[in-house]
Amino acid sequence: MPEVDVRLERVTKEFGDTVAVDDLSVDITEGEFFSMLGPSGCGKTTTLRMIGGFEDPTYGTVYLGGRDVTDDPPYRRDVNTVFQSYALFPHLNVFDNVAFGLRRKKVGKEEIQRRVQEVMHLVDLRGFGERKPGQMSGGQQQRVALARALVNSPKVLLLDEPLGALDLKLRKQMQLELKRIQQEVGITFIYVTHDQEEAMTMSDRLAVMRRGRIEQLGEPEEVYDNPATEFVAGFLGASNLLDGEIGSHQDGITTIKLSTGSTVLVPSDRMPPDVETQVKVGVRPEKITIRNDSEDLPAGYNSVSGLLRVATYIGVSHQYKIDGPGGTELTVYVQNLGAVTPPAPGEKVSLAWRPEHTFVVKPSASLSEEEEEE
Amino acid sequence: MERRRGTRKGKRLAPYLLGAPAAIWLGVFFLVPLVTMMSLSLQRCDSVTLACRMIWHFGEFPEQVSQFRPFFMRSLYYAGSATVIDLLVSFPIAYWIAFRAKRKNFFLLMLLLPFFVSFVIRTISWQFLLSDQGILLGTLKNLHLLPENFHVLATGTAVIAGIAYNFLPFTALPLYVSLERIDPHVLEAAHDLYASRRAAFAKVTIPLAVPGIFAAFLLTFVPGAGDYLNAQILGGTSNGMIGNVIQNKFLVFFDYPAASALSAILMGVMLIGIAAYAKVLGSRTIEEYI
Ligand SMILES: Nc1ncnc2c1ncn2[C@@H]1O[C@H](COP(=O)(O)OP(=O)(O)OP(=O)(O)O)[C@@H](O)[C@H]1O
Ligand SMILES: [Mg+2]
Repeated sequence: MPEVDVRLERVTKEFGDTVAVDDLSVDITEGEFFSMLGPSGCGKTTTLRMIGGFEDPTYGTVYLGGRDVTDDPPYRRDVNTVFQSYALFPHLNVFDNVAFGLRRKKVGKEEIQRRVQEVMHLVDLRGFGERKPGQMSGGQQQRVALARALVNSPKVLLLDEPLGALDLKLRKQMQLELKRIQQEVGITFIYVTHDQEEAMTMSDRLAVMRRGRIEQLGEPEEVYDNPATEFVAGFLGASNLLDGEIGSHQDGITTIKLSTGSTVLVPSDRMPPDVETQVKVGVRPEKITIRNDSEDLPAGYNSVSGLLRVATYIGVSHQYKIDGPGGTELTVYVQNLGAVTPPAPGEKVSLAWRPEHTFVVKPSASLSEEEEEE
Repeated sequence: MERRRGTRKGKRLAPYLLGAPAAIWLGVFFLVPLVTMMSLSLQRCDSVTLACRMIWHFGEFPEQVSQFRPFFMRSLYYAGSATVIDLLVSFPIAYWIAFRAKRKNFFLLMLLLPFFVSFVIRTISWQFLLSDQGILLGTLKNLHLLPENFHVLATGTAVIAGIAYNFLPFTALPLYVSLERIDPHVLEAAHDLYASRRAAFAKVTIPLAVPGIFAAFLLTFVPGAGDYLNAQILGGTSNGMIGNVIQNKFLVFFDYPAASALSAILMGVMLIGIAAYAKVLGSRTIEEYI
């Protein structure tokens, strides 16, 4: 059983009237790649800053490696940070920027030389040692920030959108590098990103945050396939949501009556524990098969019918927008296997998916308000 | 095509056109007097008619230096001490306003407020303050905390104190500007990389404040060394600075060549000093930051 490395216990941070982080608790285990994602202003940076020691929690306790560090200054925590704004030292060249931490720890000259070269190679910045940060592009500066933290091989690395300024190719390359380093050296990564794909592919676990709280925490597949709330369903990937009302439970199957009158079946073990009768039923776009209305449905599938409005061909897949029951807009992705003639806009279609691909969430009233904030 | 070339030409000329007013200003009010002064120092003037004649008399320079060496030394010493005092006093103030104060503008105004009063009046009020039986010394003497014959006025200390006081804003403001420009995240990064408060101060804050320190030094030391008012009002008769000598030569004895030579020497000494100083820590960093 790996040990808990970072523990936040009922941590709250208030700035005047703003509650940036609201009674948040989380355990992050040693060597884990843990991601936090959520809309702008939801408290990701503030959470990282409390772990790094730059912000004192208003309430609550921060533990690192089992030790209460709430009152410790940053320089006594074996944690390094890649700042969202890079925060490079403008008066030092790249080499001295990267060597800063090692010099403070009184590492020998030759070892500094070796480790800095190594990490500069890693972030693809060989030959930039003499440059000043002001003479570099945003993406290059970001990689210096990364190198400056990585070179210390800390136990915990806090990364605040560390790849945000990089182009797609470099970003993919750095993602692989980071994942490799994290696994090889066994550093605990706490990683903030806006990029859900990045979070999904890299993380061991991820937390979706909203308004200073963790809305859902789990492994990527778990959070994706079984979002706990309407917010998570909408934030992480596209999803189709329909209003419904819980009907009967029978033989491990729950029947949900849609507002249009038809019913949807869900395995009872996929029902969230705390729902009332009014729920939203969801399914991910790639889980749906689309067929002409006339065809028969496979037995046991859930289905709704609608009018195909837009069909978009994007190479690997077809994307469809369908006007579904009750004025909802549904999205369907179909892999481009090239076998069947795809349906055309204006056709009546029926959408079918397996009950075990169905998820149920509580309707949240204020979703639109949240989107306005972004 | 034709038109584009026109705009490009305009672009090329723009810096010169924009610089023209300043160039004319400098030419008329700085270069011309400077050349006049330099040439005056090589002439001989009749002390009654004030008619001057060029005689290429370079002997004026060594003559003046040897005659007024103590005054030069005092000028450099007083201005240097006052600059050091100002740097030590205003750094913590500027630091506090830049990093800690909530209402920066208010405290900046408080710092500058005394200097809205005329230079002469401020210096004369120091005379009151420091006089032998004045508010400060009189009270301390009445309490027998100071011997009866203790005095500050008419000493070098009084002059240094006066210069330090009068030029404080010229030190504090450049320091404030350079400290205020430091991104607090950079200091957090230093702490993140194991630098204690002291190490972060030495390795990050101070190096980033160097251009400000340099500017503060220039703006305090240069006018301080040329000052004569503080020595005249607070220094009594035996603590004159070179500024007092120049003023006397010009306005009392009408010895223009001597006064010009003294001014040129003061300027030369300071230019050489500053160039050396800039070589050591100033120019490189100034180029980099500005
Ligand atoms: N120093 C501060 N003073 C006042 N309010 C602050 C401060 N820092 C953060 N906040 C507020 O706290 C909330 C959370 O901010 P935080 O920076 O943690 O968001 P974030 O999730 O990192 O957002 P982003 O994705 O845009 O970086 C925001 O409403 C923000 O305005
Ligand atoms: Mg942030």
